[in-house]
Amino acid sequence: MRFMMIMIPKGYEQAKPGTVPDAKAVEAMMKYNEALQKAGVLLALDGLHPPSMGARVSFAGGKPTVTDGPFAETKEVVGGYWMIQVKSKEEAVQWAMRCPGGDNEVIEVRQVQELADFPPDVQKAAGKFEEIKASTR
Amino acid sequence: MAPSDIHRSIEAVWRIESARLIAALARRVRDVGRAEELAQDALVAALEQWPQTGIPNNPGAWLMATAKHRAIDQLRHRSLTERKHQQIGYELERQQAAFDLESDLDDDIGDDLLRLMFTACHPVLAPETRVALTLRLLGGLSTEEIARAFLVPEPTMAQRIVRAKRTLSQAQVPFEIPQGEQLSGRLASVLQVIYLVFNEGYAATAGEDWARPALCEDALRLGRILAELAPNEPEVHGLVALMEIQASRLRARTDTAGNPVLLLDQNRARWDQLLVHRGLAALERAARLNGARPPAFARFAIAPGPYVLQAEIAACHARALTAAETDWQRIAALYAALAVLTPSPIIELNRAVAVGMATGPAAGLEIVDQLVAESSLRDYHLLPTVRANLLEKLGRYQEALTELERAAGLTTNVREQQLLRGRIDEIVGQLTSRGG
Repeated sequence: MRFMMIMIPKGYEQAKPGTVPDAKAVEAMMKYNEALQKAGVLLALDGLHPPSMGARVSFAGGKPTVTDGPFAETKEVVGGYWMIQVKSKEEAVQWAMRCPGGDNEVIEVRQVQELADFPPDVQKAAGKFEEIKASTR
Repeated sequence: MAPSDIHRSIEAVWRIESARLIAALARRVRDVGRAEELAQDALVAALEQWPQTGIPNNPGAWLMATAKHRAIDQLRHRSLTERKHQQIGYELERQQAAFDLESDLDDDIGDDLLRLMFTACHPVLAPETRVALTLRLLGGLSTEEIARAFLVPEPTMAQRIVRAKRTLSQAQVPFEIPQGEQLSGRLASVLQVIYLVFNEGYAATAGEDWARPALCEDALRLGRILAELAPNEPEVHGLVALMEIQASRLRARTDTAGNPVLLLDQNRARWDQLLVHRGLAALERAARLNGARPPAFARFAIAPGPYVLQAEIAACHARALTAAETDWQRIAALYAALAVLTPSPIIELNRAVAVGMATGPAAGLEIVDQLVAESSLRDYHLLPTVRANLLEKLGRYQEALTELERAAGLTTNVREQQLLRGRIDEIVGQLTSRGG
């Protein structure tokens, strides 16, 4: 099964545009990434620019509204993720525990949904979703 | 934490740490069987203690320290009972030194893991035994899991593993990475074992499942590990590419009722694009190592090996957005190259399919008909299956039906039988509606 380990760095919600982690933090994280790769569990990973460089689209009243970042009311934002392939949630958690996280950092471990997890009627409706996913690559 | 939860967490720790633990122990005690037993002892200790104490901060180091104490205790005990003080005393000192020199698992143990892989896949063992031992020592699978995966009773599998460890010990197989001329043959054995695991998952040879994806995942994990241990071997990346691309189709290979769907009929939108992407990247890595350069420099390139060629074939399908866009000419040429490298009637059969698509069914049938006489394919269900397909395209329906009946009688996989029966009904239906 696939899990996404989502990194949530506290304070990142207010980080200035262009903020990047320092060399020392990157070095420690690279060692961790390497360990994931050497163990054959890492499928993909990415880091995200801070919300101050992004935007939010909300749909209140059935109408899309755009708000540019940073977002004053938001307490937790995603800083990056790892996609891993493991046998159980416990294994994903054990990998998350090995991350050289800082005092301000939290990793949320979430299982990726597979089509087989849905009942047949939802599978049928979701069939299109995979086509869209494939065509966007 | 509830007892079952901590149990699952310990299993997870074992899956992450066991191969490294066994590899590090094997270098110190110079016996893979003994190393595995010491690691198992450490696991038993963890299962006893961790539910009370909680999982330690560095579980790998805890397991290593426990295994080390156990190893030294055993040697002390032997020196008392066997009265060979001097010899065992020396051995004790040597091992203690070996343990003390590098007492934790943090150092780079890549070479130990590679040694462990070569040892588990040693030619002194039968191929099926290599598979079991590799899953056990490097995949972190329990004997029960391996037995279930290969539909063998657990005691049989346990015996197979015990005998394998004894064979390695008696043959005094050194814990080393083969050098020079030996290397390519031994590496081929490792690749073969990993691909055997994958194939048993991908095309279950018996039973009711069309595939057992967990085995594919185990094989992929082993392949990805090997790719980091031996990054300069193009064939390793070729195998990984082949497995990634084939695995990308796993969920498209069955419909919602669990019936098999053949490659050309699959909904390509269901192919896992992340795995396709990884597969193509691995293939590029192999190509770079093989020295693939612009055509002007082609004479410097090393000829690709069998796994790279097979991955190239898989990539031809992966790159085609629709079945109709498949580059069958290239696939036929790749099979021809593969046939030169590893001549086999099965490759020839696949070439016949590709030629049938690229040039026409008559050209394909010509190749297949030469294979009919081949005794090694007499009981191989795909020969009559392929022949039936070509005959059908040529409008020779009665002959096609005979071949499909034969194929259905030859396969032991229930799902595959259903697929063949379905095709028979289809052709019969067409013939009836046409009034002939």
